[in-house]
Amino acid sequence: MPAPDDIGILAKTIRNLYYHVPMWFTMIILLTTSYVYSIKYLSKGDLRLDNLSGSFIKVSMVFGLMGLVTGSFWARFTWGTWWVEDAKLNGAAIGMLIYLAYYILRNSLEDDVQRAKISAVYNLFAFPIYIVLIIIYPRMAETSLHPASGDTIGFSSLDLDNNLRKVFYLASIGWILLGVWIATLKYRLTEIKRKYEEI
Amino acid sequence: MLFSLSSLAENSMSLDEFFYQNQKIYVVVAILLIIFLLIVGYLIRLDRKISKLEKNQNEA
Repeated sequence: MPAPDDIGILAKTIRNLYYHVPMWFTMIILLTTSYVYSIKYLSKGDLRLDNLSGSFIKVSMVFGLMGLVTGSFWARFTWGTWWVEDAKLNGAAIGMLIYLAYYILRNSLEDDVQRAKISAVYNLFAFPIYIVLIIIYPRMAETSLHPASGDTIGFSSLDLDNNLRKVFYLASIGWILLGVWIATLKYRLTEIKRKYEEI
Repeated sequence: MLFSLSSLAENSMSLDEFFYQNQKIYVVVAILLIIFLLIVGYLIRLDRKISKLEKNQNEA
C-alpha cells in the first residue's frame, strides 16, 4: 500500500487511516440509514421498518466500538496514552452511551408496537445529538490532539502526492459495503425471528 | 552490544519496544487484528442466533 512514511510521530501508522477512519464513516452511514427508517416507520407504521432501523443501529455500534478501540490503540503508540481528555474522544464516548441506552430501552420493552414507536422517537432525537457530539462539538473545541478537530489539521493536508487518497477512498467504500451487508443480515435474521414469534 | 544481544536472547522486549520498532508498523498489524477479531466475534454471535432459530423451527 502506498503511503508516506515520515509524518512525525505517526511513522508507518499513517496506514491506520484506512481502518480507523472508515469505521466511523460506516457507522455514520448506517446511522443515517437507520434515521430514515425511523422517520418512515413513524409515518407508515410498518414493523419491518422499525426492525430495519434497529438492526442498522446495532451493527453501527459494532463499527463505532471498532473505531473507538482502534483509535485508543493508535493513540497509545503515537500520543503515548490510551485516552486523553479531548473533545473528539469524549464526544464519541458520550455519543456511544446514548445508543447504548437505546439498546437497553429497546430490549426492555415487551410489546412490539410500543417498542417500535418509542425507539423511533428516541432515535429521532438521538441522531442529531450524536452528530453534534462526534462532529460539530470537536470542531468547535479550542484545542484538540485529534486530527481535523479543534485547532488541528486533517490528514488531507499531509497527503501531498495523493497516494493516501487512492487507497483511502476505496477502503472506505469497501468498509461501508461490508457494514451495510452485515446490517441487512442482522435485519433478515431478526425479521425471521419476529415472524416466527407471531405465529 | 553484548547487553542488547543478551536481552534479546532472553526475549525481554517490553510492549513499548515491540510496537515502536520498525517505524511502528506493528501498530497497524495490531489494529487490523482488533478489527478482524471484533467482526468475527459479531459474526459468531449472529451464527449462534441463527442456530437457535433453526433449533426452534425443528422442534415446532
